[in-house]
Amino acid sequence: MTVDISPTEINFRSDYDRRKLATNIFMGVAFFATIFGLFFLSLLLYDVLKQGLPYFNWRFVTTFPSRNPADAGILSALVGSIWLMFLIPFFAFPLGIGAAIYMEEYADRDFWVNRALEINISNLAGVPSIIYGLLGLELYVRILEPLTKGRTLLAGALTLSTLVLPVVIISTREAIRAVPREIREAAYAVGCTKWQAIWYHVLPMAFAGILTGTILALSRAIGETAPLITLGALTFIAFLPPWPVTTAVNEEGVVIVEKVSAGLGSLIQALQTPFTALPIQIFNWASRPQAEFHAVSAAGIIVLLLLLVAMNSVAISLRARFQQRK
Amino acid sequence: MTVSADPNFAAYEAQRFRSKWVERIMRTLTGAFAYFSIIVTVGITLILIYESFAFFNALAREGVSWTQLFTETEWTPLFAPPKFGVIVIITGTLMTTVIAMIVALPIGLMSAIFLSEYAPPKLRAVLKPILEILAGVPTVVYGFFALLVITPILQRIIPGGDSVIAGLNALSAGFVMGIMIIPLVASLSEDAIYAVPNLLREGSYAVGATKFETTVSVVIPSALSGIVSAFILAVSRGVGETMIVSLAAGQSPILNFNPLDSVMTITAFIVQVSLGDTPTDSLAFYTIFFAGFVLFLMTLILNILADWFVRRYRLMY
Repeated sequence: MTVDISPTEINFRSDYDRRKLATNIFMGVAFFATIFGLFFLSLLLYDVLKQGLPYFNWRFVTTFPSRNPADAGILSALVGSIWLMFLIPFFAFPLGIGAAIYMEEYADRDFWVNRALEINISNLAGVPSIIYGLLGLELYVRILEPLTKGRTLLAGALTLSTLVLPVVIISTREAIRAVPREIREAAYAVGCTKWQAIWYHVLPMAFAGILTGTILALSRAIGETAPLITLGALTFIAFLPPWPVTTAVNEEGVVIVEKVSAGLGSLIQALQTPFTALPIQIFNWASRPQAEFHAVSAAGIIVLLLLLVAMNSVAISLRARFQQRK
Repeated sequence: MTVSADPNFAAYEAQRFRSKWVERIMRTLTGAFAYFSIIVTVGITLILIYESFAFFNALAREGVSWTQLFTETEWTPLFAPPKFGVIVIITGTLMTTVIAMIVALPIGLMSAIFLSEYAPPKLRAVLKPILEILAGVPTVVYGFFALLVITPILQRIIPGGDSVIAGLNALSAGFVMGIMIIPLVASLSEDAIYAVPNLLREGSYAVGATKFETTVSVVIPSALSGIVSAFILAVSRGVGETMIVSLAAGQSPILNFNPLDSVMTITAFIVQVSLGDTPTDSLAFYTIFFAGFVLFLMTLILNILADWFVRRYRLMY
């Protein structure tokens, strides 16, 4: 007996090659779309390194900006960014982690105020960063001027802390949510109060996740330019905040340590000094017409990217360490 | 013997008393931290509205009618005589955003499809972190890239060179902004595609559909609400993007629809004014807050729309 092959089946089979081809073509296009970004990322890195490496040396990292591209250094911007790196966690982390704890552990979700709180935070995360600059200009530079003394390190740190707050809250909530419910129940069963369950059990378990999320938020803040420009951070700074040491520049343009000034008074004074940061300095150099300054800007980008890579490596290694302990 | 006379019980009670107070204090404190975010929102809104009022008052003092905002084709609030065609910077913003979306939406969506439907796990494990790196590059670095790498390349490949394409132009800024936004579109769309249950795909294969047919006619339609919401968030991100456009798109204050020419976006205007010495309570000062208010409204509407879309059209499985 022969098997009858109906005409429709022949159609189906012959058509199948074409339909299979469509899948392969589509897959190829999708693959190229995925590596499209990678191509431009490599082009970007290649160009930054090609232009920036000749200017990237020890002298560049340890001197102040100059009108002469060959003498330009990035010290004040680097120090400004490092100050921000330590100040932002000081404000944003307790506030953000506390808020996340409240929303995950305490808040009654059916109460409309708490639902409004959730919507509010996701909306805040979508507000353009430059708007936070306007907020900082009005709130931290003008209204809180007696405290911040205007366009200073403290005002900049407060502005960027406000900017990353929603990101810190969202990532911390995710980390807390990943802790199994049974952990809390077991803690309550042996008589823990809610806070004891959070402090001794939930937070230690969520620690790796919280840390990774917050350090990523911090690295976003370090790369932010727009809010600091709006705030009115300066682009030409040839001095350092006077803590923990005061510095001066000698005749050869080298920054030297004058004396140790690690007291509280000089710390407050340091917080109230005008500042600049890496992204602002890079922006300033890139927007000048001279090609030499563009190369200096590329060298600045190398410094910024190295700082960000260092922060992310810390996040990854901390995460690996804490995950092993579980 | 009463129970409370037991010294152990007394110690327990004292400790319990302390724990309960710690509980109350921490609950209040963390609650206060959470509600601080509402203060931020209210603060932003009040500041923008308050200074925008001051802006309209200043307009009235200058003898400028508010209708000029929509009829004037120049935006030069800092020149004499000032002209207030806010439509100029809105157009500039929309133009760079549209160019960015032409790049970011198809490529972001295709990346999401590739990563979730086609990529073998090993390749995916390599490609996903690379997309995340793309999202982590500071925007000022992208601005540098647009101004000093992409613009010269465009001037070389577009016939006519720098006589038709300006050193500062909407095209290169928009293009690089698109590259920056790809990871956002890709990761949000991938979440939506990932949420489509495997049963639907298998049902489609069972009736003889190929992988391509399944992707296009089953997976994408099922994930559509999430994908559209990702697209809207991408637009919102483009509208608010600042450093790329400030560096590469220019500060042309005249209404212009040519992407090869310089345009000024809302954000670039705010940056331009902020870089100068802006005395508080001057017209320039009010103007950046008014521009900020327009920007805030645009992104707020887009964000609400994205949220609404995903709620309204989400398919439940």
